[in-house]
Amino acid sequence: MSTEIRPTPRPRRLGDILLEFLGSMNLAISLLVVIGIASAIGTVLKQNEPYNNYKIKFGDFWFEVFRSLDLYDIYGSNWFLLLLGFLLLSTSVCVARNAPRMLHEMRTFRFNVQEKSLRAFHHHDEWHSHAPHAELVEAATALMGHAGYRVKGDRDGAVTTLAGLRGMAGRIGYILSHTAIVVICLGGLLDGNIPLKLAEFSGELKPELRDMPANEVPAISTLGTDNHSFRGSVSIPEGARANFVFLQLRDGYLKQELPFTVALQDFRIEHYSTGMPKSFESDLIIYDDQNPDAEPLHQTIRVNHPLIYNGYAIYQSSFSDGGSKLKLAAWSFDAPEAEPFIIDSAVNRSVDLETPRGDRRLELTEFKAFNIFPLPEGDPSGKKHRNYGPSITFKVRRPNGTAFEYQNYMLPIEQDGARYYLTGMRATPSDQFGFLHLPLDRKGSLERFMHFLARVHDRERLNAAIANETSSAVGDERAEQVNGAIAHLAELFLDQGIDALIAEMEEKVEPEQRQAALDAYIKVIQGVFGTLYLEVLEEEGIDLSQDVTAADTRFFDDSMTALSTLAPYGSPFYLELKSFEQVEASGLQITKSPGKDIVYLGSALLIAGIFFMFYLHPRKLWLRIVPDGDGSRLLLAGNSVRNHADFDAEFDKLRAQLRRASGAGDLGATADERGTAV
Amino acid sequence: MSVTQEYLAQALNQPAWYQRLGAYDWLFGLFVLIGVGYAYSDFRHLMDAYEVGILFASGAGLIAFGWFWKPMRGLTIAVALLSLAAIGLYGDELARGEQNFFLKFLISSQSAIMWMSALYVLATLTYWFALAIRSDFAGRTATAMTWCATTMGWVGLMVRWRESYLISHDVGHIPVSNLYEVFILFALITAMLYLHYERRYANRNLGAFVLTVVSAAVAFLLWYTFDRGAHEIQPLVPALQSYWMKIHVPANFVGYGAFALAAMIGVAYLLVERRPEGFLGRAMPTLTQMDDLMYKSIALGFAFFTIATVLGAMWAAEAWGGYWSWDPKETWALIVWLNYAAWLHLRLTKGWRGKPLAWWAIVGLFVTLFAFVGVNMFLSGLHSYGTL
Repeated sequence: MSTEIRPTPRPRRLGDILLEFLGSMNLAISLLVVIGIASAIGTVLKQNEPYNNYKIKFGDFWFEVFRSLDLYDIYGSNWFLLLLGFLLLSTSVCVARNAPRMLHEMRTFRFNVQEKSLRAFHHHDEWHSHAPHAELVEAATALMGHAGYRVKGDRDGAVTTLAGLRGMAGRIGYILSHTAIVVICLGGLLDGNIPLKLAEFSGELKPELRDMPANEVPAISTLGTDNHSFRGSVSIPEGARANFVFLQLRDGYLKQELPFTVALQDFRIEHYSTGMPKSFESDLIIYDDQNPDAEPLHQTIRVNHPLIYNGYAIYQSSFSDGGSKLKLAAWSFDAPEAEPFIIDSAVNRSVDLETPRGDRRLELTEFKAFNIFPLPEGDPSGKKHRNYGPSITFKVRRPNGTAFEYQNYMLPIEQDGARYYLTGMRATPSDQFGFLHLPLDRKGSLERFMHFLARVHDRERLNAAIANETSSAVGDERAEQVNGAIAHLAELFLDQGIDALIAEMEEKVEPEQRQAALDAYIKVIQGVFGTLYLEVLEEEGIDLSQDVTAADTRFFDDSMTALSTLAPYGSPFYLELKSFEQVEASGLQITKSPGKDIVYLGSALLIAGIFFMFYLHPRKLWLRIVPDGDGSRLLLAGNSVRNHADFDAEFDKLRAQLRRASGAGDLGATADERGTAV
Repeated sequence: MSVTQEYLAQALNQPAWYQRLGAYDWLFGLFVLIGVGYAYSDFRHLMDAYEVGILFASGAGLIAFGWFWKPMRGLTIAVALLSLAAIGLYGDELARGEQNFFLKFLISSQSAIMWMSALYVLATLTYWFALAIRSDFAGRTATAMTWCATTMGWVGLMVRWRESYLISHDVGHIPVSNLYEVFILFALITAMLYLHYERRYANRNLGAFVLTVVSAAVAFLLWYTFDRGAHEIQPLVPALQSYWMKIHVPANFVGYGAFALAAMIGVAYLLVERRPEGFLGRAMPTLTQMDDLMYKSIALGFAFFTIATVLGAMWAAEAWGGYWSWDPKETWALIVWLNYAAWLHLRLTKGWRGKPLAWWAIVGLFVTLFAFVGVNMFLSGLHSYGTL
């Protein structure tokens, strides 16, 4: 950038060399590029995930390699901070070295420039005038002034030198913008995690890795209210309160104490008609712990409208279930005749259950008060969306630790007049839920399905129904063989589902006969189960001398569909949601960042600096008026730091004006006519 | 009086900037003021103090812009009249968009945006045609088409703004809230920046290059509309319900548009640089001019991108609880910023010119593109409302 003449070299000391290196443009540009690349890595590799996720993703070896490079928390790592430190240092050195020189240059009009130097400028012109010297000086001063230059003159004997400066505030732009980077970095540093790093390094602080209630977090993982900068979060259920937040630190966390207590009165979500959330609001009460007599502050916060309280900012950042109370009825598939087992629990809790299939742990993970889904175009209701009502999500964990996840809707869904309980199942979180429809009887209950289930599981009744179906006499050896085969198929169907039946078929029957055989088997099973179903209806007191109603027939078909998928469903029971009491929790983020205003100040400086720098171009003009024969010789020269194309035009215009004012006549062509920028 | 003094009196007696404004300028100013006044008196109750501030500042900005860049006056008036016509035809019923002939085929937001798309693509082809056969008439036609496309695009955005309020009052918002809407903004701003320089440098042949990138944006827009149904107006998620959106997003797109312009000039530069006296070289602006234009474009983009990033940080502080979270979008904004900061240092301080910087500007466009679209496609984070 320098237009100055280089100082004569002198012996260099180590300090000079170091300063030279730190202030060098090559270092600055390298730093910009390296920081850019490092930042990019941090966006490709998701930061601050639970460490287990990384282990699964990379395997043990690479997990360790990446961990040692701090790749899981790049932006908080020592090496990244070091890079930023270098940028800070390099920028500071640049400003410190250049600013005094620039400030000096801005104010200084240089008159002792040799004519040889002036002629060496790309922009220069020389001509002769007969106008009187004083008049020339006056005219040139006026014209240069009019063109926006600050002009000063110097008379050395008969020679007058006019020097003009314009746009020198562009130099301020350089100083402002580069100082701004330093200011922003310092502000950011103030809000950064260096104090935590030091405390951790000296052993005063250790992140907690275990899951535990807040009041059990040990002192070594707790930060007092004197910590001047942090950004933490806490989830508060409705009706509860907290005077702390948690700060995530790599694979652990720290507890940060607050000088006040936040109580959550109410949390609300409003929705658009599409089911999309429209607003999240929390009604908070803030109690000042240092001043217990003070009136507590009531304040509602929502997204984009935080509360600033004594230098702490409280944000609405997330929400979750705060332990909604649930009353559940577990209908056992293994003991269908038994009354459903009532469970009183809450979201985020788990219940240990003994089932005929062994111990199961029921983990209640989520409750939703409603589920809005889009309806297909042209739905008869005329609406675009439909609310399917409350749902619960839970896992059923086996003793070996594996679990399936389920999603049950509280309200039956209706399809063509028949009603069902809808229950979704998936084996891994990445799968979609596959849904099972359990048919409901006229009372809207699972009772009839359960009775039917009990009956098909009853070996004696099943055998009797098979015998009835094949109308074989007892003792007929061949018939018993056939009956045994049917019983086997029925069991296979019940225990492993329809797919097992097909698999068995493929193993035993020639391909060309398979379809026929499958049809025959299904028909037999339908017949056998149909007989048992009629018994259930009879027990209900339905008069079977009349034809079975369409609804009851459909119930049978639906039950058969449900039975065929009950085996892969995996859970020993169906969980019916009887009633609930919703408790929501609001996720608050509470921060203290004293560096914020400094960063904003730096940002303002940066913007101002950049505009100054780009839109004010430092320009210099010199005009020497030298007595020459009966008139004067005029030597005009100019120099622009950047924007040479624009300066071309400006210089051309000015020299044309000066030439005309000095009576030297027009130039052949001006910049305008050459078609360059004006 | 000598020659000198006589000339001096004439040369120095130049009118001040406000004296140079004509009747049209003042009428335009009045027109904008009436618009702002109407918006203020009718919709004051819907705006918070910041939004009122933004309204007045954008009114003043528009007047200044129209005075600085004269064609902006005609554009503003055309967009205003067409948009008002559409709003009038709609009345209170969104369904009229399907019934009314003018709305259905011309100025409902979807139709206007389709017109914009078609015209930009046609303009691109015409610019290339004009370049190929050296036809001034074709060049002027291409410019006219670009102006028409730009008008229709702005009308599309304005009417879309109104349509969002017609869907439901709580759905209404300024159309800069998702990838679909900002792609339109990107095409418009890039085209307008180009039109400005076209007039200033009196050379239409860069249009073929610049409009190519605009057409690419249009192609994406069409795919996004027909394959993903992205043109549906969606309500705002809570994090976006803020006056910050009105200033953060447009500032960003002045930056993106300018970077795209610089990259396309870079492409032209590299082609001309290989054979300056070749078929292409003779038609284009000189290498020095293109080099200068590339710098100006990047400087403008950098300045606005800096403003946008700072505004983004301030918004983040209000919505997410921290002015900087190293969210992927934030981080990529920083990467873009660092990239162009390096570019500017190389040019201004190291004195680099020409070829390497042209290459760098082209690479810069891909970095920008990743920050703009790629982050939403491949990375997750807080800016997740623009997903594909």
